[in-house]
Amino acid sequence: MDSQVPGRKPALTPAAFLVRGLLAGLLAGLIAFAVAFAFGEPHVDDAIALEEAAAAHLTHEEVAAEEAAAAEPGMVEISRERQKSWGLLTGTAAVGTALGGLVALASAAVVGRLGRLSARGATLLVAGAGFVAVALVPFLKYPATPPAVGDPDTINGRTVEYFALLLVSVLAAIAAVVIGRRLLTRFDGVTATLVAAAGYVAVVSVAGLLLPGPESLGSFPADTLWSFRRASVLTLASLWATIAVVLTILVGRLHDAATADAERRALAASL
Amino acid sequence: MSQSSAAPLVPAVELPAVPLLQLGTWVVFYGLLAMLAIFFVSADQGAISLPAGNAVHEWVHDARHLLGYPCH
Repeated sequence: MDSQVPGRKPALTPAAFLVRGLLAGLLAGLIAFAVAFAFGEPHVDDAIALEEAAAAHLTHEEVAAEEAAAAEPGMVEISRERQKSWGLLTGTAAVGTALGGLVALASAAVVGRLGRLSARGATLLVAGAGFVAVALVPFLKYPATPPAVGDPDTINGRTVEYFALLLVSVLAAIAAVVIGRRLLTRFDGVTATLVAAAGYVAVVSVAGLLLPGPESLGSFPADTLWSFRRASVLTLASLWATIAVVLTILVGRLHDAATADAERRALAASL
Repeated sequence: MSQSSAAPLVPAVELPAVPLLQLGTWVVFYGLLAMLAIFFVSADQGAISLPAGNAVHEWVHDARHLLGYPCH
């Protein structure tokens, strides 16, 4: 369609959205790293100190079992300094970039299709819904846990439960947007949005009630736990806020250019 | 967008949108790639191990905890 005018304005294509999303996501990963390093790492260190203090009370058999496990092929030990710098950065940058691209493609699907909502408004809505569906709702049911909490024997079950809730939450959010859009034919924008949001909350609430609860925390100190979780929410919020702001600006500019281009062509055709 | 130029009386405020069929291909291929990247940070060498060992888990350990994924 847009190939009729080659090499002109950036057209509204999936690739144009994706590139902007990857850029916004990479930047978000860097900012999330800075937040996690500054506010989260002190509490991760506290938790690891508790873990090591507990390890001092292990029996000889338990120590021998751990040493045998560590000697297996493929097992490495990475220093704390590397884990909290390059390791943390790798994780936040990879997740940030991946999520940025996904948010951009989701925005590409809704821009120009949600009533009279502008491209900027639609992008902001998708990023906001993404934060709620991908980060906040799973956190409310299965909050982040610091090292020293969590029994390695239950990791399979906890992983399945976490990702099951994440899947339900994302599908419910997509359904809410699709249904909300249909409601626009009968209701105004605010009503349609509220009804769709209520439907989303109902679905994830039922999923949350059906899924098993989070694992017991044992005797982990409550103040360290709270500080860690607050830092974790702050990290997730900074990641999503950066994606939202940067992508909204970039998609807004892209859309302005595409609209101006379309208007020029419409004018030229009418002459 | 070419449709609007074919019909000059269509209001100029019509919002341009990305064709969904064209977008679908990108969603499938990029979606798989993104999920693979997220898998390595969020879950590898926990419930499922690719490759065996703990090198990936140890390297992204702090990000996995702070981004809220189940770790160990």
